[in-house]
Amino acid sequence: MSRSVRYTLFFVGGGLVAVLFVWGVVGMPSFGSNFHPYRDLAIGATIAHGTANAISSVNFDQRAIDTLGEETIFFASVLGAAELLRPSKEERERRGDHTGVRHVMASTRFAGYVLLPVTLLVGLDVVAHGHITPGGGFQGGVVLATAVHLLYVAGSYDALERVRPVHLYEYGEVAGALAFVGLGFAGIAIAGSYLSNIIPYKGFGHLISAGNVEVLNFAVGIEVASGVIVMLSHFLTQAIALHGGPHE
Amino acid sequence: MNDIVLIVALTLVAVGGTAVVMTNAPERQAVTLGLYGVLLTVLFFALQAPDVALSQLAVGTAFVPLMVMLAIRKIRGGRQ
Repeated sequence: MSRSVRYTLFFVGGGLVAVLFVWGVVGMPSFGSNFHPYRDLAIGATIAHGTANAISSVNFDQRAIDTLGEETIFFASVLGAAELLRPSKEERERRGDHTGVRHVMASTRFAGYVLLPVTLLVGLDVVAHGHITPGGGFQGGVVLATAVHLLYVAGSYDALERVRPVHLYEYGEVAGALAFVGLGFAGIAIAGSYLSNIIPYKGFGHLISAGNVEVLNFAVGIEVASGVIVMLSHFLTQAIALHGGPHE
Repeated sequence: MNDIVLIVALTLVAVGGTAVVMTNAPERQAVTLGLYGVLLTVLFFALQAPDVALSQLAVGTAFVPLMVMLAIRKIRGGRQ
């Protein structure tokens, strides 16, 4: 495709998108106004379902099927990255100490080891209370995965390898995804439609108040934490433990 | 007052985005990208979206810069 054809294609396509965008934005209610029909419906359902965090109610109760789509995208991208990053024929694993000349400052090491249990706890808290306070399975899952990698920042790659059997996290990712899908089918069997709520709503004031929302949050938390750990483990293996690839 | 917070946050995001684009070396860009992630987090929080701010903080300031750094390290392949 020649340069001028590419430019023509871009300006025609970009111009059409710009027209559609302006057309779409012009009809919107003005920013910060009090007219929100969708908010009124969503907040009403949120309060009826005893979910203090309205965002979680929308994500995991009222529009749970959208979240299932997002989790599937995440699942597929981890799978794709793992497939692309698998060791090629020319690459061999380095034996022994991978850290080489890497020197970790005492202050970094200290901060890492102090923050590791704190970060794990915060991650668990964010997952467990997604229906009450901001957060949920996705955010908490990423925090949990980050906590594990503090071991690499503060200690060494070998220390991280020892406490992180990657194949277990591969199962974890699948288990989280299957739990979400399975709860959806349980909704068909018990309540008649996919992902409809099957765990009783308890109302505000109860720790376990929001029906399906908590269970789905835990499923997503397990899936995302495992998925991020699996994806980063492939990146770490490629960057640190392999040599002899096409780039070297 | 609310408007001032929003204007400051939006301006910081615009400045931060420009800084990421203007950074030359990819390994330095990973650092500016992380800082830009923090600015976006502040903007989302100012817009009263703490859930989104939390996602942005977790993914944009820790996960993505780490992935970029590891990818650069692999591509450079010890030639540094």
